Amino acid sequence: MTAIADIPEAPRTARPQIGNPVLRWLRTNLFSSIPNGILSVVLLAVLAKTIFSFAQWGIANAVWLTPANDSSACRAVRGVGACWAIIPEKYRFILFGTYPFDEQWRPALAVLLFIALFYLSTRRALWRRELAYLWIAALALISLLMWGGILGLTFVSQDRWGGLPVTLILATFGLAFGFPLGILVALGRRSKLPAIRSLSVLYVELIRGVPLVSLLFMASVMFPLFMPNGFNIDKLLRAQVAIILFAGAYLAEVIRGGLQAVARGQYEAADALGLSYWRKNRLIVLPQAIRHVIPPAVNTFIAFFKDTSLVLIIGIFDLLTTAKTAIIDPAWQQFSVEVYIFVAGIYFVFCFAMSRYSRSLEATSGR
Amino acid sequence: MTSDAPRPPPRRRFFGAFGQRELKGLFWQALVVGIAVAVIAFLWSNTVTNLSARRITTGFAFLGREAGMPIADSLLAYNPRDSYLWAFVVGIANTLRVAVIGIVLATILGTVIGISRLSANWLLSRLAAVYVETLRDIPLLLQLLFWYVLMQALPAARAAWRPIEGVFLSNRGLILPAIPIGTPQLWVLGTAVLGLVVFYVIQRRLIAQQMRDGKPRPAWPFGLGLLVGLPAAVSVLLGVPWTIEWPGLRGFNFVGGLTLAPEYFALLIALVTYTSAFIAEIVRSGIQSVPRGQWDAANALGLRRSFMLRQIILPQALRVIVPPMTSQYLNLTKNSSLAVAIGYQDVVSIANTTLNQTGQAIEAIALIMAVFLTISLGISFFMNWYNSRIALVER
Repeated sequence: MTAIADIPEAPRTARPQIGNPVLRWLRTNLFSSIPNGILSVVLLAVLAKTIFSFAQWGIANAVWLTPANDSSACRAVRGVGACWAIIPEKYRFILFGTYPFDEQWRPALAVLLFIALFYLSTRRALWRRELAYLWIAALALISLLMWGGILGLTFVSQDRWGGLPVTLILATFGLAFGFPLGILVALGRRSKLPAIRSLSVLYVELIRGVPLVSLLFMASVMFPLFMPNGFNIDKLLRAQVAIILFAGAYLAEVIRGGLQAVARGQYEAADALGLSYWRKNRLIVLPQAIRHVIPPAVNTFIAFFKDTSLVLIIGIFDLLTTAKTAIIDPAWQQFSVEVYIFVAGIYFVFCFAMSRYSRSLEATSGR
Repeated sequence: MTSDAPRPPPRRRFFGAFGQRELKGLFWQALVVGIAVAVIAFLWSNTVTNLSARRITTGFAFLGREAGMPIADSLLAYNPRDSYLWAFVVGIANTLRVAVIGIVLATILGTVIGISRLSANWLLSRLAAVYVETLRDIPLLLQLLFWYVLMQALPAARAAWRPIEGVFLSNRGLILPAIPIGTPQLWVLGTAVLGLVVFYVIQRRLIAQQMRDGKPRPAWPFGLGLLVGLPAAVSVLLGVPWTIEWPGLRGFNFVGGLTLAPEYFALLIALVTYTSAFIAEIVRSGIQSVPRGQWDAANALGLRRSFMLRQIILPQALRVIVPPMTSQYLNLTKNSSLAVAIGYQDVVSIANTTLNQTGQAIEAIALIMAVFLTISLGISFFMNWYNSRIALVER
């Protein structure tokens, strides 16, 4: 590995700044030494070959549109060109699942509301009490849009929901309920009371020690056994509970890190003021702790936004499940790669935006 | 205080030794434990009623029954007539087969990519950054399904790709040349392990001597002799046959060699590439955490690059790297449970089939959880031990 030799760049002797700036750039960044030059040439060749064959498959030989429900043009180019025509053909099913076709403006609006809500929550100037009310109002509005049943909207039962709104619902409600749960458990883990501390430790270690798949199985198979006879709760809600419990355990660890970062003097000052346990935490400790952990909390949120896709395993129609179902159709079966690339793009946009945001927070929170 | 008179002792409260603080604490603990107990009792009684209504008997007696499920790809010998217990053991072995090999490969790939991100070569560092960003921001399950689809789209056995002689890639999976391991080969491997142990002891002694008089004593001649020479000598003396079994195409299928089934191969690729993106970031931050001054000092002493990396930079970087690496190893192991989505029969997949066949939901899920908790604790224990060995000893 020649690369390792270059890690912290050795102090360069000041070269005379002459010549073409492009050549100078190439010289410092790609051809600083002979092994580096060889490496650059090899990488360029591999990159060019990859881009060329992908462009040939994905653009030059691709089929972009076909008449409705007719995949013959795609079959003709199979193996040499991509069939992007499957996206216009199936995008409504992939995005909204089996939600009634004529009513699909409602989940579409719900998705836009979610995005607006996330966007507003990232603005620091808006981090005030009103933001919490806004969240409650927006989530209520989204439920209204999804369920309907009043204000002239037809009722749509939960088992017909699907696609992107379900992914966003699972992730957002997981966060909205997992966060307070995480705060309680994190406080419990640092409590001086042995019974509360050991219960919190047990909860966190149990949830973090097992795969999410097993929690989802538990929600889908065992939950009905736990409930009194005749009490039936929806599969989506059961999965949601599992995801909240999962998010709570992971966020608890993140928040615990923040609590540890709050200086001892802050606790002592609060005690000296004679504040009660809850007032001390609410007014003094938690605001500081949470500020410390916003970047890692965003990272945790990215991780479990992706993990909501695991509900595929228990048959809930989130974005990944609708994508997988869309290609069961025999006419389009062979074009799953295109569908997966499309859905990967959607996940990527959400996660990439969040990770950029988390990085900008880390950069500005130097204080 | 102006008065010289001793302060009166604090008044004893009603509950004797207990102050108000303790009372409050007791109250909260009693409340929380009470709620927990009440919830568990409620769920328990419901479960018992439901189970008896559905005529499901609890207990692990079903483990002795004949499993009857086929397991296509297994490390241990298995037959559908074997018991559920043996099927679980086979599943655990399959989980470990993915996890252990996945951890090794992901560590290697992640380290290479993490170092590449720090390279002075602009192109290399950019490509590594794109790799990390892309793989981190797409759900693992989606990547897994993607790789599995690609595996199935490979040509049939007759038209298999042959990137190198003896290696076949087709929709039957990856077929590699193998070295059959029998008793004589195990003897040689045993000597190699013994050599490793002796080498470790010698190396420690050499370092201790160097500590005393400062004279460097190279350890590599011992290493060469014990790790290469000794096994080779045993191999020649016993006349151990080290034959390579080359796979070949007979009719419609492959014979001989080592076969990695498409499910296993897809799962391994997905886990390794996904986890390596996270490991790359950990390695990068670890190396960056070593202060510039350390490099400068080593340079000023005129040390060789390899010595500098091995003796100065890496030991310090490892302190930052090991704890988050532990969580990545745990994640990879837990994520291997996604195998159930593509039909590789790991312990979760086998438990799921068992659950569907017998209705023993509680037992099957309890077994999954017990297996993963054990594995997780094992990895944490080992990594914590390793971490405490390399941790900075202050004062």
